[in-house]
Amino acid sequence: MKSWLTTTDHKRIGLLYFFTAFAFFLIGGIEALVIRAQLAQPNGHLVTAETYNQLFTMHGTTMVFLALMPLSASFFNYIVPLQIGARDVAFPRLNAFSYWVFLLGGLFLNASWFVGPLFHAGVLNVAPDGGWFGYANLTERQFSPGPNIDFWLLGLQILGISSLAAGFNFIVTILNLRAPGMRMMRVPAFTWMTLVTQFLVITAFPVITVALAFLMFDRFFGTHFYVSQAGATPILWQHLFWLFGHPEVYILILPAMGIVSEVLPTFARKPLFGYTVVVYSGILIGFMGWGVWSHHMFSVGLGPIADSVFSATTMLIAVPTGVKIFNWIATLWGGDIRGTTALHFAVGFIAMFIIGGLSGVTHASPPADLQQTDTYYVVAHIHYVLFGGTIMGLFAGIYYWWPKMTGRLLSEALGKWHFWLQFVGMNLAFFPMHLIGLLGMPRRIYTYSPELGVSDLNLLSTLGAFLIALSILVFVVNIVRTRRRGQRAGNDPWGGATLEWSIPSPPPVYNFSVIPTVANRLPRWKTEHHEPMRDPPATPPAPIHVAGGSWWPMLAALGLPILALAPLTHTLWLAFVGVAVLLGGIYLWAFEPFEV
Amino acid sequence: MRKRFWVLTAALAGSGCGGPFPQSALHPHSDFARASDVLFTDIFWWAAAVFVVVEALLVVALIRFHHREGRPAPTPTHGHTLMEIAWTLAPAVILVFVAVPTVRTIFATAGGAPADAVKVQVIGHQWWWEFKYPDLALTTANEMHVPVGKPVRVAITSADVIHSFWVPPLGGKRDAIPGQTNYIAFQAESVGDYSGQCAEFCGASHANMRLRVVVESDSEFGRWATVQLAGPAAPTPRTAAERGKAVFARSACIGCHTIQGVSPGVIGPNLTHVGGRTTIASGLFPNDSAHLARWIADAPSLKPGALMTRMQPPLTDADIAALVAYLQSLK
Repeated sequence: MKSWLTTTDHKRIGLLYFFTAFAFFLIGGIEALVIRAQLAQPNGHLVTAETYNQLFTMHGTTMVFLALMPLSASFFNYIVPLQIGARDVAFPRLNAFSYWVFLLGGLFLNASWFVGPLFHAGVLNVAPDGGWFGYANLTERQFSPGPNIDFWLLGLQILGISSLAAGFNFIVTILNLRAPGMRMMRVPAFTWMTLVTQFLVITAFPVITVALAFLMFDRFFGTHFYVSQAGATPILWQHLFWLFGHPEVYILILPAMGIVSEVLPTFARKPLFGYTVVVYSGILIGFMGWGVWSHHMFSVGLGPIADSVFSATTMLIAVPTGVKIFNWIATLWGGDIRGTTALHFAVGFIAMFIIGGLSGVTHASPPADLQQTDTYYVVAHIHYVLFGGTIMGLFAGIYYWWPKMTGRLLSEALGKWHFWLQFVGMNLAFFPMHLIGLLGMPRRIYTYSPELGVSDLNLLSTLGAFLIALSILVFVVNIVRTRRRGQRAGNDPWGGATLEWSIPSPPPVYNFSVIPTVANRLPRWKTEHHEPMRDPPATPPAPIHVAGGSWWPMLAALGLPILALAPLTHTLWLAFVGVAVLLGGIYLWAFEPFEV
Repeated sequence: MRKRFWVLTAALAGSGCGGPFPQSALHPHSDFARASDVLFTDIFWWAAAVFVVVEALLVVALIRFHHREGRPAPTPTHGHTLMEIAWTLAPAVILVFVAVPTVRTIFATAGGAPADAVKVQVIGHQWWWEFKYPDLALTTANEMHVPVGKPVRVAITSADVIHSFWVPPLGGKRDAIPGQTNYIAFQAESVGDYSGQCAEFCGASHANMRLRVVVESDSEFGRWATVQLAGPAAPTPRTAAERGKAVFARSACIGCHTIQGVSPGVIGPNLTHVGGRTTIASGLFPNDSAHLARWIADAPSLKPGALMTRMQPPLTDADIAALVAYLQSLK
């Protein structure tokens, strides 16, 4: 127990990220099921309007910040150091700090469901209710007087610190800790996409931090950053939020693209087609992702010139995305494809992401988008991208790397059940939403009129959502069953080309008994140019120093939610306690004896 | 994949002959809505073609290159420059075919209208719509009337938070933003009763912020405007309606609602001709005695967060019945 609380081992932190993020994924999923149950029929009254608004706000916030991002982070943690032949990340204690801040931030946000009575309100009354996008000026104190929005903005500020710390950590790790001979153009595609993602994190999160700081000042100190009566405009929030929000979309999708770029070559027994092009298109997407934010704002009235420009940049970003898809198909073409569960999910990613990408092109066109934005059509689009895309990709990664992370193979039979239930479920849940939106149903409404004629389609969508839930249940059974009865994996159950497969599963605490020297892009494969590398010996030829754990990252992390409680409860002394704990933790951390 | 396509086709076909779909963007009834629809259909077919080609390639690759015993190990190809160029250019070319009509339509639907267009000012409120006709000097709520076949210019703004004005059969949405005015313009093609609703999340009752647009012949529109411009109907003496007027005048109603010559409130909808509207509570309920009575007695239970709270002390049932009679008399 203590060893898990104080751990600085990237593998253990990766597992902590996985299980924490998966728990939040289940919470976000339950929220989605209540939403779908409410909408199963017109004039639904399972929950009240106020509860519904909290549910969709927390569903979005949870899935983006507490489930998908940290699930990716679990792979950054576990896999990236193994892929580059490192013993750990560059700053192991900072890594632990990132995890604890993430956990505490997530708990802080979710505590809002239960602590209503402390704010003279009922349970299920003070959770955030302004949408995951939190548009000003609805979020101003005048229109949202309760603590709901305070929980949201303070929670996101805490989580931002976690992401930023992890971002810097992984950039330094990937740039500086690569094994000898691993030039940048020999770095595995997943690690490359991780690097691009982390650059997006460290550049995009400061923008939302500023936007939230303005909102915080408006709400707590009476400033007027988003108040139109004072001469400001609430549109400022939208620009800042989407300037963060669109790179955020790529923060969510690029890691999954990286995973797919690993899984396809392994199971097609063929190198990634156009590795250089896949890497450069990922970098290009990272840059272009900064120039498209106003396509979330076509209905705002920015004028025909701005609309035309952002429409053009948005369409342009489809090009590098399309290039990736063609390269993946070319990777499969001419291969010797083994239909493992991981491959099923990777192909599912491509098949579903195509649909999400194409519906994306229909709302890259502003006149068409004016009929689509803020309707269920967009809900369909984002779920094809983030569920059909990111989640399918993450599950591909889970089935692919689970044996590396735990030493046991997940059941392929249950895995196929999981895949097909999820595949059918997601299409049943999300495809009808295209039509629901085009027939006139806006999103974020807790009830709708039977006159709209979308009742049957909504019922179908709800059935699909419950089918997805069933598929996730099968996955949970698979994990539990594998823990006891899963087949042992050995070093390399798949015949992978990258370094993580050259060491035992799970890897020893020092990862590599001898740091390998890398001479090419596919070190463990035989190609026309080279023979496979020799795996490191089972026992280290020389003793390896392994760092002990530390309590101080967790202590420092604890300071942040305490600090956040100060404005939430209007208690000044809590601010001093929070700062003291944070600084105390950092001080003890900084002066911790080098050798433990 | 094939199944999904079939579902789409079936559902689209179903939507053509099934219900009336009063809020559908796929059934345009104005030049503005038609322009968006033409563009969407255009892009849809490009997208459908790309979908079929790419998904087919994927499926063929999976079937053709599925593992078989005894197949020799695949050739380790690493890439192909010409192919990379080809599949970079192909989508780029298709996008040109999408981008050109897009930009053309953006400028064609930018909200400009001839000087003699019917002008309507839309003001979003939490959670109802106010409509003003500056040229006619009239104000109404939740049901907008426009003449068929005449250009209409709608100026959109908000009194509180951001809303979005959306009547899909008549065209795309525009946000109602406090401190800013946005414009759309359209020319309705056929008479009818079209429904719309707020499309930007605006708080507790966002779902209950609906509206209707009545498109009618020029002469009917003229008649409607004449009625709206006249003062409120005086209730017949010694009827429930007259008692209702007295209840209205001595209750908190006057603080928020305007009835010309009776009260000057501007926080809630103008009620001068409320009896002539087909719905109440921003398009939520039919305008009948039962719903009006429930609405007056306890609006927040019907529309969460509604500013019209329960009267303290509560109105008696007799008072409410009288008020209902009065409001219904205000044709």
